[in-house]
Amino acid sequence: MFKKLAVAAVATTFSLSASISYAGPKAEVLHWWTSGGEAKSVAVLQKEFSENGGTWTDMPVAGGGGDAAMTALRARVLSGNAPAAVQLKGPSIQEWYEEGALADISDVANKNNWSKVLPESIAGHMKCEGKWCAAPVNVHRIDWIWANASVLSSNGLSMPKTWEEFNATAKALQAKGIIPLAHGGQAWQDATVFEAVALGIGGANFFHDAFVKLDKKALQSDTMIKVFDQMRIMRGFVDKNFSGRDWNLATAMVMNGEAAFQIMGDWAKGEFLAAGKVPGKDFLCSSTPGEGFLYNVDSFAMFKVKGNERQEGQKLLAKLVVGKNFQKVFNLNKGSIPARTDVSLGEFDHCAHVSAADMNASSVGGTLLPSYAHGMALRGAQAGAITDTVTAHFNSNMSSKEAVAMLVKAIDNSK
Amino acid sequence: MSSWFEKHLPKIVLAPSFIAIILFVYGFIAWTAWVSFTKSRLMPKYDIVGFIQYDRLFDSPRWDVAINNLFIFGFLFILISMFLGLIIAIFLDQKIRIEGALRTIYLYPMALSLIVTGTAWKWMLNPGLGLEAVIKNLGFNNFTFDWLINPDFAIYTVVIAGVWQASGFVMALFLAGLRSVDQEIIKAAQVDGVPTVKIYTAIIIPSMTPVFLSAFIVLAHLAIKSFDLVIALTGGGPGYATDLPATYMYTMAFSRGDIGQAASSAIIMMIVVFSVVVPYLYSELRNKNDQ
Repeated sequence: MFKKLAVAAVATTFSLSASISYAGPKAEVLHWWTSGGEAKSVAVLQKEFSENGGTWTDMPVAGGGGDAAMTALRARVLSGNAPAAVQLKGPSIQEWYEEGALADISDVANKNNWSKVLPESIAGHMKCEGKWCAAPVNVHRIDWIWANASVLSSNGLSMPKTWEEFNATAKALQAKGIIPLAHGGQAWQDATVFEAVALGIGGANFFHDAFVKLDKKALQSDTMIKVFDQMRIMRGFVDKNFSGRDWNLATAMVMNGEAAFQIMGDWAKGEFLAAGKVPGKDFLCSSTPGEGFLYNVDSFAMFKVKGNERQEGQKLLAKLVVGKNFQKVFNLNKGSIPARTDVSLGEFDHCAHVSAADMNASSVGGTLLPSYAHGMALRGAQAGAITDTVTAHFNSNMSSKEAVAMLVKAIDNSK
Repeated sequence: MSSWFEKHLPKIVLAPSFIAIILFVYGFIAWTAWVSFTKSRLMPKYDIVGFIQYDRLFDSPRWDVAINNLFIFGFLFILISMFLGLIIAIFLDQKIRIEGALRTIYLYPMALSLIVTGTAWKWMLNPGLGLEAVIKNLGFNNFTFDWLINPDFAIYTVVIAGVWQASGFVMALFLAGLRSVDQEIIKAAQVDGVPTVKIYTAIIIPSMTPVFLSAFIVLAHLAIKSFDLVIALTGGGPGYATDLPATYMYTMAFSRGDIGQAASSAIIMMIVVFSVVVPYLYSELRNKNDQ
């Protein structure tokens, strides 16, 4: 009797577990796309995922530009229960790989020809020791300069092509009582302007040596001193109340003609568009003076998950993220451009066309570079050390030589 | 059985919270100390490598700024809050008519969150929006008050907002202290014709030493762990001119993935707190033993 009961119990358990073990692909996704346009963009992916039979568990963690999400992620990984996909970017993908937390999705990537449709340097960020471990979502360009069209034309000025021209234009504007550069005094915004200046003055090789390889020669070079000199000049083009201002308030200053220029990534375009401004007519976009293209690529890193349905879900998600439809719709909402180069850009605006053309050209020319200020080129501690120096210099009377010495020391200290 | 239970009941009741405190306070202090001796970056590692994190910490110009700011802020914040609190308390103690209402008004800032205080002062001190703009609009075109955006003075704006928030609370402490002074002595002094100022400086204030100590301890630990006020008021800026050890630690732990640095800075903060609190505890405990 007892034996029979035991057998029955075991059998029931098995059949139960069999019936619940496969409920279709599942994925839990940790991200911090919670603001209006971004949330809409994620909803697109969510819908596509469920149309393909998947169950999506949303795990949005807002706050602190992803700091809060990273804290949540650390707790989840430490407890051995990582989400399937996490919004991560740049070298932090490799950092998590070194912690042994990332999965290999090479089969999805190979099946869908990722290496052919993605620019080489961007694909590099998605690989961990040669294996694919993340899926790119978009490409933001950092080195943009935005301008109020009517402010420029009514003063007989045009978009500057060199930094000398920029300085001359800014001085002319200042003489007329217009703030030349709308800027928010937050460390990351200082760093954004700094890297655009560094790329413009030093060129692509210099930028790569200094901010990707952290080569001491480049960091201590006269070129770096010139970069800090230009930053000191830029400081003079900023209004008095810039400290702590949010980037979108700076964008609004350009929009209403209070200021002429802003140097900011292409999320600023979203602000212009949301206010009903037309690119080319109300506002102008061009790359900051100099060669090259600084990119900031958002991506989903794929974490090791247990269970068949979770692994299936992860693969489905990876496939959809790099799929043409999602790449198009998401980026239309977010103001960036698709990471894959074969998406038709018919519905995109003028600035996105410029961005895409420049990305392809610079990919061929070897000047497609990762943004250091937005965590694409360096690990957190090193990037932070550079930003500390940049913002300390920008907000004080430090000389360029002192800044360079401080930069070298800070980077040594952060290793 | 029941007598055993009765005898041990207090211990049984206290045990859970005791265990929780051992684990979650002292356990994690020990954990942080351990991690501060490792090369932990994104995730904690447990191989001890020595004082490398402390070397990095003391080499970092940003930490220098944070520690200097802590001393500037702590010193001024404690001193001014105590001074203002004492003055207001003495004025309120003059048996004035609407003392209750005034007391509430002065105490009220304490009811606000530091985030609210910081945000409100941020607007008031912003040269383009607040005080400076208002006075300029009144016709005084040369007036400037741009401490908030001046890296050399920004830390003093944190002091202003902190003092505004805390001095009412210190006033309440002192007022209670003033009221507890033996009225007989004061009356005796008045009969002897001692001037009021002298009564305060020679009799009342010296007899309030314990209140000064409590006020000092409360203010000191507020100053050392102060975080939200800086975040709301200046965001640590301009640059990192108003960084405090707590904001430094937060940046390292949560923005930069540098847990080792964060742990070592937390341990230094703890040492600073202990160097203030331990002498106090020591003197308190010794007094009790004397009695």
